[in-house]
Amino acid sequence: MIMADSGSSEEAAVIGNTDITSAESENNIINTMVERGTSLLKKMEISVAEAEKRTGKNTVNMQETYTVYLIEIRQAESVTEGGTPAAPDTLWRRYSEFELLRTYLLITYPYIIIPPLPEKRAEFVWHKLSADNLDPDFVERRRVGLENFLLRVASHPVLSNDKIFFHFLTEEKGWREAVLDTGFQDKVDSRLKSLSAMLRVKTPDRRFTALKQYSDELNAVVSQLLRVRARVADRLYGVYKVHGNYGRVFSEWSAIEKEMGDGLQSAGHHMDTYAASIDDILEEEEHYADQLKEYLFYTDAVRSVCKKHELMQYELEMASQDLAYKKQQKEELVNGTVRIFSLKGMTSKLFGSESQEQRESRLSALEQSIEEGMEAVMEKNTECRDFVRAAWEDIERFKEQKDKDLREALISYAIMQISMCKKGIQVWSNAKECFNKM
Amino acid sequence: MSGHTVSADISGHMLDLDEDEDLEVFSKNTSLTDEGPVPNSPSSMVNQYRLEDDEDQQDTSAKDLFISVEDPESHITAIETYIMYRVVTKTTRSDFDSSEFEVRRRYQDFLWLRSKLEEIHPTLIVHPLPEKFVMKGMVERFNDDFIETRRKALQRFLSRISEHPVLSHSQHFKVFLTAQLQLLDETFLFSMSYFQACSRMGETMRAMANSVRGVKNRPEEFDVLQDYVENFSNKISSVDKVTQRIIKEQREYLDELRQYSSTYSQWAESEENLCEPLKGVASCAERCCNETEEQIQHLSEVLVPALHEYVLCAETLKAVMRRRDNIQAEFEVKSDTLASRKSDLDALQDEVDELADRMEKSNSALQLDCSRWRNTMRADLKAAFVSSAEKNVEYYEKCLAVWESFLVSQRGESISQRD
Repeated sequence: MIMADSGSSEEAAVIGNTDITSAESENNIINTMVERGTSLLKKMEISVAEAEKRTGKNTVNMQETYTVYLIEIRQAESVTEGGTPAAPDTLWRRYSEFELLRTYLLITYPYIIIPPLPEKRAEFVWHKLSADNLDPDFVERRRVGLENFLLRVASHPVLSNDKIFFHFLTEEKGWREAVLDTGFQDKVDSRLKSLSAMLRVKTPDRRFTALKQYSDELNAVVSQLLRVRARVADRLYGVYKVHGNYGRVFSEWSAIEKEMGDGLQSAGHHMDTYAASIDDILEEEEHYADQLKEYLFYTDAVRSVCKKHELMQYELEMASQDLAYKKQQKEELVNGTVRIFSLKGMTSKLFGSESQEQRESRLSALEQSIEEGMEAVMEKNTECRDFVRAAWEDIERFKEQKDKDLREALISYAIMQISMCKKGIQVWSNAKECFNKM
Repeated sequence: MSGHTVSADISGHMLDLDEDEDLEVFSKNTSLTDEGPVPNSPSSMVNQYRLEDDEDQQDTSAKDLFISVEDPESHITAIETYIMYRVVTKTTRSDFDSSEFEVRRRYQDFLWLRSKLEEIHPTLIVHPLPEKFVMKGMVERFNDDFIETRRKALQRFLSRISEHPVLSHSQHFKVFLTAQLQLLDETFLFSMSYFQACSRMGETMRAMANSVRGVKNRPEEFDVLQDYVENFSNKISSVDKVTQRIIKEQREYLDELRQYSSTYSQWAESEENLCEPLKGVASCAERCCNETEEQIQHLSEVLVPALHEYVLCAETLKAVMRRRDNIQAEFEVKSDTLASRKSDLDALQDEVDELADRMEKSNSALQLDCSRWRNTMRADLKAAFVSSAEKNVEYYEKCLAVWESFLVSQRGESISQRD
């Protein structure tokens, strides 16, 4: 659960506070989101409190098992000192509804970097972690990820004002219909086109090109990092667990020795403790991996904004080109020169020029077309400019957020390592004492 | 017998060295050899072998023989390549003609010494030698690590012999330490190994003959000891295997960890504000890699050799138990013969008495030596385990410092950023 303003716990002690867990550090990120204080978050506290399994009939009338998540909304006024806080408003949503919400946001705000959802299937697993969607650990981490998603949207200066989002949080029934009513589905095709197209833009915006390149680099390096992390975790698990064998053998050995017996036996217990400690250590590291994954998925959102801009730019260039061509045609018609080859022009040359009437009607049609073309270009121009302005505002906001969040993540990773070292020191100091008693 | 001038044709001498002379050493008064009181009770023996720092306990039979094995040198001949080690002895013992000796010995010479000691003292526990060949397919038999490991083990071997109340006074040991000539050269190589093979075969055949009959009444304390030896052998082998496995896993972990560092560095290149903390993490990961490497090294150099030696010791113990059994079996056979051959009573009686005597002495020698060995084992393995635990603590302390300094740098920055 988040608290309205527990804010600056990271300022508490620069050096001393190495005992906070990574989960608490993650809380710092959430607290910062809340601090930014969109009007939505000032009114309500949002959390995804629980997950539950359900079974039901799906669209093809077959039984299926799925998980639903409980969204809890607490009105800000209800959280007061003393007295019992009012019960929160709650509703249940399944993952597919979150997906629908996100798709809606993607279409409706193409210039915004839309926060990502937690992964659908567990990737970058190391051998112990189950890749099963119904595994309780996976479900739990997904619950946290969904809460994070909602908080990201709720703390966004633009997205937090969206009515459909508000509806998603407050009314369980009828939400699906409301979304579809917005007609956002119509624009889905255009978005898919922009994502998949390999467009040749004549004057690409350097900033967007650089951003897309950065996003691709970030995607590659974070994927690599997650893969390596999984392998490192796997190996470290092996090292710790093998020490458990020491526990067993020392215990058996101590039974046949006299003076050495006690020392060996108690050392063996410490070896068991050491072997067991890796489970918690790696569990905590999953939080760090999740933080990295969020930004891995963010790169997809960044890429899609860049691609949308590319499409817009392309359409603008096409419209301009089209207009230029028409103007050229008009000029030729007026001057009677044929610089641009056209069948009509040629045939009229060959078979005699057209009548004055025909010429004039063609000219007026062309002028009409040119006017429409100019309107289209102006429209596209404005659209593009507005898009670029809005997009860059969000991109700057995103960059700041990313730098801060990832820095926090690295710090929390260091804290985890420190905690692991402290545990190691404890266990091996104890073991050494036992060996000394041999 | 002055060991200083040894005749050229020493082969005959070597092979014929009187068994009885050495047997006398422990069967009667050992005043032949050194000055101090002869240890004849386990507690006084323990006193003699307390760890070096109990100086006030030192009596004259405490460590008066210091041996080091140094300076391995490669020798190449037409037939083979081998390593010669320099064995340096410093002693205050009166039965040595000088206080310092320096000789050159090769691995085969150590083998010779050990086999002699075992032959003459079948129920004493003679410390093992490092193995002749390396398992696990090392490409070059004589690379530096291997030579150094072997040198250390050879030194430990001689050191243990020198600390042993009985073995350290062996004539063969003295010859080994002092004789200037090469103990074995190529021409005797063949005959030597042939002899060894014969004597081993002789022992095997005797063992087989007796094992057909088997030992009839093994005294209870040796049943107990037999159990201990078998269990110890199992456990120490397990500990050895576990340790090897840990090293293997650590090495694989280290390989993956190295990639961590390079990936963070790579990421730093794409970033502006994040560049510095990312480089920080990369550097931390690299330093942790170095610490991990050192820790693996320590494990390989301290714990593994110690455990390995005691795995070999366990085999020695088994052999000693077998030989003791054989001695008893021999006695039993003759004793039974005596029972059935009343006519040759006198002669047979003498034989039987002698064997009984031999058996009793072997038994008590073994008991004594076993308890002495167990103390040594305890001290050795304790030291190895303590050292490894210490190293692990140190490893984690160093890694902790690495990550804490990163944290300080980041938190310091974030404070100034806020301002």
